[in-house]
Amino acid sequence: MKVLVPIKRVVDYNVKIRVKSDNSGVELSNIKMSMNPFDEIAVEEAIRLKEAGTVSEIIVISIGPQQAQETIRTALAMGADRGILIKTDELVEPLNVAKLIKGVSEEENPEIIILGKQAIDDDSNQTGQMLAALLGWSQGTFASELKFSDGKINVIREIDGGLQTIDIKLPSIITTDLRLNEPRYASLPNIMKAKKKPIDEKSPEDYNIQISPMLEILKVSEPAQREAGIKVETVEELVDKLKNEAGVI
Amino acid sequence: MKLSEEQIAFYDMAKDFASKKMAPNAGRWDEEKIFPVDTLRELAELGFGGIYVNPDLGGSGLSRLDSSLIFEALSHGCTSTAAFLSIHNMANWMIDSFGSAELKESIVPDLCTMKKIASYCLTEAGAGSDAGNLKTKAIKNGDYYIVNGTKSFISGGGSSDVYVTMVRTGDKSSSGISTLMIEKDSPGISFGAQEKKMGWNSQPTAQVIFEDCKVPVKNLLGNEGDGFKIAMKGLDGGRLNIAACSLGTAQSAFERAVEYVGDREQFGKKIQDFQSIQFKLADMATELEASRLMLRSAAIKVDENTPDKTKCAAMAKRFVTDLSFKIVNEALQIHGGYGYLKDYPLERNLRDVRVHQILEGTNEIMKVIISREILKENK
Repeated sequence: MKVLVPIKRVVDYNVKIRVKSDNSGVELSNIKMSMNPFDEIAVEEAIRLKEAGTVSEIIVISIGPQQAQETIRTALAMGADRGILIKTDELVEPLNVAKLIKGVSEEENPEIIILGKQAIDDDSNQTGQMLAALLGWSQGTFASELKFSDGKINVIREIDGGLQTIDIKLPSIITTDLRLNEPRYASLPNIMKAKKKPIDEKSPEDYNIQISPMLEILKVSEPAQREAGIKVETVEELVDKLKNEAGVI
Repeated sequence: MKLSEEQIAFYDMAKDFASKKMAPNAGRWDEEKIFPVDTLRELAELGFGGIYVNPDLGGSGLSRLDSSLIFEALSHGCTSTAAFLSIHNMANWMIDSFGSAELKESIVPDLCTMKKIASYCLTEAGAGSDAGNLKTKAIKNGDYYIVNGTKSFISGGGSSDVYVTMVRTGDKSSSGISTLMIEKDSPGISFGAQEKKMGWNSQPTAQVIFEDCKVPVKNLLGNEGDGFKIAMKGLDGGRLNIAACSLGTAQSAFERAVEYVGDREQFGKKIQDFQSIQFKLADMATELEASRLMLRSAAIKVDENTPDKTKCAAMAKRFVTDLSFKIVNEALQIHGGYGYLKDYPLERNLRDVRVHQILEGTNEIMKVIISREILKENK
């Protein structure tokens, strides 16, 4: 059985994000980019499934500029088998990402697609769910544990109240939560070997998908600076401020 | 200097490992003098036990330039542990490069996984800068050498499993020196007390004492008399690695200083708004850039085996370790009283990089080497 793992190139989680001076987005030039951390967890899970003999081939897909190839190489160095780069310099919204992955899925026929639950840049948390709807597959989102048994996956999901356990039938979409696993480091020899693994280059047109955005970004701004608090002298003053300034009582 | 995609990946991976698995523990390793063998083995699993060792025997088969990037990245996490790893790599490389096929196959795979750990023994009490004057004697007797003498300041001494040791098998000249791989359980080997040191506390240091120590002849690296050549060849790379360990430490101290000056306020403004601080940062950044270029250029020369590689490796070692010490010291100064506290890593950084100006040949000896090479070129 094949597994497909879509991965996204995002601003590295260690980088301090700066908003562009014209408020059109965040500063991306000359900034360290790396694989979305939730996608790293997805790649790791796929590798563990392969090591356990559950899957036979791991294909990673990335949609983005030429440099997204580096992100694919990282996944190949970790242990994925081959990559597909769908090259575009446009911003691709979750629905279009889902449509493109559906396109790849129809060519590759995987039985499972593992995605990060969200990307740390736009935090959309939509692609996995939309993809499940488009393909008509079962979905196990926010997974913190997976168990495979004849045609089914037992998924433990992280939900607000605690953990939920569900059984879903293959083919399935899984989205990964933080505690599913701890991704491995790619070893030095595997970084070298990744050079030789194949990466196919495609374009959105190859899948007949128009990626033009349906949303318009009006403004991107930094969170408001937190201001220093004040000390109140009396309880009366505190109550007064809560009532008349903060308006919480 | 443009790095390849793989080189960037090596650096990023090593730095990520350093920041997640080494940096949070480095203070404790220093304070409690812990030799983090488990962390070293985790590094070895990722290919760091034999960075420039033959892949057929479990090494990663990378270049000296790759190696300099890796040690620069690792020393962001723990200077002393990264430096120890570099010594292990040098000793492993010596066995891989000069040992017999039989010897290599018996030990190099275990050194690559760091199931076994290697040390390097050159210095003696009376033979430091004057290494060619070493007195440890090995006399061939049938299938064994009988070794007598004491090696000083040995990193890993008492803990390591094998000791790549320079011994005298012939006359007093440098061609009377040979290299033996001596195992920890050899009869007649013992270890001095652990030295108390200013820094480099995450690795043990002790004398290694040989008293009628029996070493099989098959443990000879190269031929009899090759020792000094092997030592010098190893040191070109060793010097690059030590310089890299200084550079990464200085870079991390610099980054910390840049962050600090944006937080710390005095006289009603951030200290980054004072020109005295700005000029310090400018000098530190410039010196880091110069150090990095010099180190990488020397590493490429060692990789390409150019005639001036020894000179350039010595230059890089001298320049990078001196400037890195200065940069770390400036970063400490910028932190004021806090820099002097153990709550911040700067005082440890300073103690750790200080020794890099002393070992792998003192920086004064580097100048001897550089001037000797210049005068030779002009003969």
